Amino acid sequence: MTAVTTATTAARNRRKGNHRKRNHTLWFWIFVGPFAAGLALFTYVPLGWSVYLSFFDAHNTVTPSDFTGLDNYAAMLADPAFRSSLATFALFTAFIVPATYALSLALALAVNRLRFAQAFFRSVFFLPAACSYVVAALVWKLSLFNGVRFGLANTVLGWFGAEPVAWLAGTDPPWYWLVLVTVRLWLQTGFYMVLFLAGLQRIPPRLYEAAALDGARPGWQTFRHITFPALRATSVAVVLLLVIGAFQAFDEFYNLLSDARGYPPYARPPLVYLYYTALGQGQNLGLGSAGAVILALVIAVVTVAQARLTGLGRKEE
Amino acid sequence: MDDALVRAGRALRLVLLTVLAALFLIPFYLLVRNGLATEREITAPGWTFFPHRAHWANVRELFADPDVPMAHALLNSTLIAVATTLGTLLLASLAGYGLARIPCRHANAVFYAVLGTLMVPAAVTFVPSFVLVSSLGWISTLRGLIVPTLFSAFACFVFRQYFLGFPRELEDAAQVDGLGYWRTYWRVVVPNSRPVFAAVGTIVFIGAWNAFLWPLVIGQSRDAWTVQVALSTFTTAQVVNIHELFTAAAVSIVPLLVVFLLLQRYIVAGVERSGIDD
Repeated sequence: MTAVTTATTAARNRRKGNHRKRNHTLWFWIFVGPFAAGLALFTYVPLGWSVYLSFFDAHNTVTPSDFTGLDNYAAMLADPAFRSSLATFALFTAFIVPATYALSLALALAVNRLRFAQAFFRSVFFLPAACSYVVAALVWKLSLFNGVRFGLANTVLGWFGAEPVAWLAGTDPPWYWLVLVTVRLWLQTGFYMVLFLAGLQRIPPRLYEAAALDGARPGWQTFRHITFPALRATSVAVVLLLVIGAFQAFDEFYNLLSDARGYPPYARPPLVYLYYTALGQGQNLGLGSAGAVILALVIAVVTVAQARLTGLGRKEE
Repeated sequence: MDDALVRAGRALRLVLLTVLAALFLIPFYLLVRNGLATEREITAPGWTFFPHRAHWANVRELFADPDVPMAHALLNSTLIAVATTLGTLLLASLAGYGLARIPCRHANAVFYAVLGTLMVPAAVTFVPSFVLVSSLGWISTLRGLIVPTLFSAFACFVFRQYFLGFPRELEDAAQVDGLGYWRTYWRVVVPNSRPVFAAVGTIVFIGAWNAFLWPLVIGQSRDAWTVQVALSTFTTAQVVNIHELFTAAAVSIVPLLVVFLLLQRYIVAGVERSGIDD
């Protein structure tokens, strides 16, 4: 008798449990469903479609019928302009990543140790993050590095008796690199400084106390043996974000270098190249899609290689 | 001796920081100076630190110029940034809460699907997304500019991480009172999470206001131009007077700088909270 009662109670509980579980699942999808559906529709579907289009001859159409196999990929990889866009990305990364890394870390170290006016300096360095690349490029192109005499850089050069420099118009020497790199440096350094500041504040003070007891001198020694190793995780994340950011560079290149005649044949990063290939005259969406797939693979390889090299995800020692 | 050295070092650091801070402010100075100057003052030989008299008339001239649809572009940008911010906050916070708190067999799979898109640079997907939006017939519409950007994996991730650390006792108390997930979420969780909403909201708003590539690709007709696209068109085509261009740029950035300075605390918290280095 008791046994039967227990069995029915158990069954009832199980039913109730199942019901509750269904209830959970239902609520889970009410909360997560709209977001998940949108993400699927606007990220995964386009990605899949893009892979599909990359195997077709798709001029001005998104429902092509002319299957061309790997032709788009072969054409893309054989195009010197595409390969030179990858070289542009590599060169840009080689400038901007070390420059931003060093400056943002130095600023974080200096601001972190300030006794007063800390909030002021942090705000000043962080403020450019509110500016768009379009506005920054406008200031750089038309005022700061304006190639005529009334540009600020040329005015300052004039004070020292130097001739005005055509910052963006010439390729010999390629001064445009200075303009391109400084825009991004100005705009993003403060953001990474904030990341480093957060990292610095997480370092337990006892590490410094222990180092002082061991006779480490404040300054370079402490930085090398305590601060820098303790910031490892932040450093890895910062470099990764910087590389991905450089890879996505479009806004400042487009706004600084293109004019009424179009974009010059040099300094085309991958996205600028893709923009003109896929959306320019002819709208070669098959070729553009193949380019997008190749770029996705490139960035995946770069990310994985970097994670391997720097040991992303490894626990801090 | 040592003491003097330390003090000298400290002073040097302060001087260096001040010089750098001044350099960092130069672009803002140029925006204001050129925005309030006459064409002749900007192009004059020899540098004038500031226009002789601030030309506020530039602002009126800008909005009266029929060739430069600045007012309309500002309206578009405002609509887009506000809608994107509200939509992202709603969708991503609900999803983040569901992923953090509601048990479900598929929770892990969904979470990894979200994380996966975090690693795909948005710019790599712009060609395929353009293809999708154009086949929906959404080119040059506000819909096309807003809807595809509403599903931010970054925001969802930040909310999930935050809700994982939300004090469970508060939710338990609500459930004892007989509230289900839905009402617990709106009555207990949201009101106690204002800072994270402020942080994500500010970051999303600034991102939406400053976005360029997507509005350039989708907002092709003049009616659908955002502020950034309008400014870019005039910068690259150079058909507008310099002073007018600078006035327009200054007008486009002032509201944002105010928001940024007022809510900086939240932005910093949001950047730190994104937990990318944990």
